[in-house]
Amino acid sequence: MSNAFHIVVCAGIVPDPLQTLEPTTGPSGPGIKNEMVLPAVLDPWAASALFEAASLAAKNPGSPQSPSKVWLVSLGPKAKLQQVMMSVAQKVSFELVPVDGPIGGFPDAQATAAVLADAIAAIPGLDRERMLLFGGWESATRGAGVTLQLVGERLGIADQFQGVDQIELHEDGSFEVLERVEGGKHQVSVCAGVPAVLGWATGNLAEPRNNPQVGMANMRTIMPALQKAKTATLDGNGLHYVSVSLPKQQRTTRVEKNMNADEIAAELVAWIGAE
Amino acid sequence: MESILVLTHADESGAVLSKGSLESVTAGRELAARLGAELTIGIVAKDASSAAAQVAGAAKRLLGVQGEAFAQARFASDAAACEALCRAAQATIVLAPHSSRFARVMAAVAHRVGGLIDTHITAIGGAANLEATRWFYRQRIEAVVSREKRPWFLLLDAGTHPAFAGEAAPAQAEEIAIAVELPALRTEVKGTRAPKQGAQTIRPDAKLLFVAGAGWTKKQPDGQIHVEDAGELILKFLGASGASLGSSKSLVDQGGEGNSVLPFLTHLNQVGQTGSTPRHAKGLSTCCHGEEPHVVGWRFVGERRAVSLDPNCGWTRGKADVVYVADAFEVMKRVNALLEDAASGS
Ligand SMILES: Cc1cc2nc3c(=O)[nH]c(=O)nc-3n(C[C@H](O)[C@H](O)[C@H](O)COP(=O)(O)OP(=O)(O)OC[C@H]3O[C@@H](n4cnc5c(N)ncnc54)[C@H](O)[C@@H]3O)c2cc1C
Repeated sequence: MSNAFHIVVCAGIVPDPLQTLEPTTGPSGPGIKNEMVLPAVLDPWAASALFEAASLAAKNPGSPQSPSKVWLVSLGPKAKLQQVMMSVAQKVSFELVPVDGPIGGFPDAQATAAVLADAIAAIPGLDRERMLLFGGWESATRGAGVTLQLVGERLGIADQFQGVDQIELHEDGSFEVLERVEGGKHQVSVCAGVPAVLGWATGNLAEPRNNPQVGMANMRTIMPALQKAKTATLDGNGLHYVSVSLPKQQRTTRVEKNMNADEIAAELVAWIGAE
Repeated sequence: MESILVLTHADESGAVLSKGSLESVTAGRELAARLGAELTIGIVAKDASSAAAQVAGAAKRLLGVQGEAFAQARFASDAAACEALCRAAQATIVLAPHSSRFARVMAAVAHRVGGLIDTHITAIGGAANLEATRWFYRQRIEAVVSREKRPWFLLLDAGTHPAFAGEAAPAQAEEIAIAVELPALRTEVKGTRAPKQGAQTIRPDAKLLFVAGAGWTKKQPDGQIHVEDAGELILKFLGASGASLGSSKSLVDQGGEGNSVLPFLTHLNQVGQTGSTPRHAKGLSTCCHGEEPHVVGWRFVGERRAVSLDPNCGWTRGKADVVYVADAFEVMKRVNALLEDAASGS
């Protein structure tokens, strides 16, 4: 039996984690200083979801009449999306569904979810009965773990999994999912079949190498899609920021360069045992 | 006037409330006292009546959803249960633990009852208004938020409140049972699985977090790598100290690339930007450079010390309290010997 999946991956763009971030307040609320010019990447856990989606589609190509397919739905400023897509497009095949909108983690998650759900519902040719809705389980900006769940809820998907590290398909269309739970364990579930929502953690795949051929094929559809991208305004939902600040705790570090291993060990053991 | 519902769930036993749930009960009681609000506790469990005994004196009203279907942490049944409890309680504020079980469903529940949600809440404050503190950009920016719309759902991070510990008392059964109309259940939870055989290295309740970095598997001053020694030293230390094991990304990533790597480490151990943000009183970093994407995961680690060969590593720049510039192999060998001596009473 050949499974054909329609996999929709929701992935935002985020500042490269090596960048220094400084909050500011603008006319539309808090933001990150110079966020539009900071180097950006695809949100890391959502990127795992994209790579897992591509791998799943490659292993389950479906049939020529009914092939598996991957869509990448991303909300962000068009210019910034274009920059990030130049490198993401080199990795795996997908069709981009861009939505032009604000950047960053401060806009309300429920408003973002509403826009993403509408964008997905409008994808031509998407068979929602065969859909796997993928994304990161938490973003690197808001880190709320709310958006994907709400998109799934709005699309009426009743089987949802978060913190996913693995999906294993069975012959009968059912699949096993491993989700991160407390205490460094995975919860093992078996779902009867698609549609389902999977919010990915790290997964099991390394980042694919750049493939210029894939890049060229992707860019043929990415550029027109970006040109046509609809602009979304997000509802504030009454979310009010009382304060936004950097942590104050810079520690005074004692750097010990001349202690020998015995002395260090004795000090560490005393420290570990102290209340 | 606000009214508060604290949603709780049982642990794996099905009849005892999870620690995070009891922490949320404390938060609910504090908030109810401050706002003069009525407090209801809702319980989702296989055996909610038994679980209710733990919080019988904690709130005016106890509601529960129980049955075999709620033994499993599954989206469809948990969302239906929480929705039913919310509809029964009609509260304006809903507090719940940010556990994997409730984080999976609570945004959907909020949506179903016309509410809004904020998650990973680390503090609840505000004088006249309710305000909630949470972190953005992976614990790099702290914000305090408020909302006018109700119901407002807040998922509380573990360890932010003490667990409620009241006198156990039989709960009033007629108050307990809330009926739930379950949708078709297409998912079955089969259980939990530890990622690799051997020791359980992640211990959220441990006082100490021990982080291993990529240095443990790198060439050492003798020109050799000593991965086996590293593994032995680390496991021995975990055994003797009861610490929880964290890792840098560089170290866990090696596993996927066919290199020899510490066999007991997985991505679940990874701390940082794309890993976890555990809460421990103390943290000891070894053979790790202390780069920002790693250190953001230490936000809720109290006292911090590091052992690194590099006197200019990130830890020295205000990220740790003490940095020992030394060979971690040598230091940990002696630490283990001292812990062993102490255990044998010599
Ligand atoms: C998108 C993204 C997400 C990321 N997420 C994370 C994350 O979640 N967690 C994370 O950890 N990193 C993350 N990183 C990677 C991060 O930037 C660093 O590359 C990583 O933390 C480095 O790991 P390390 O310090 O163990 O290794 P290295 O940088 O290789 O440092 C090893 C250290 O060990 C020391 N050493 C070697 N031998 C010894 C010895 N015998 N005794 C004592 N010290 C010794 C060396 O001097 C060195 O300081 C992320 C990066 C990106 C781009």
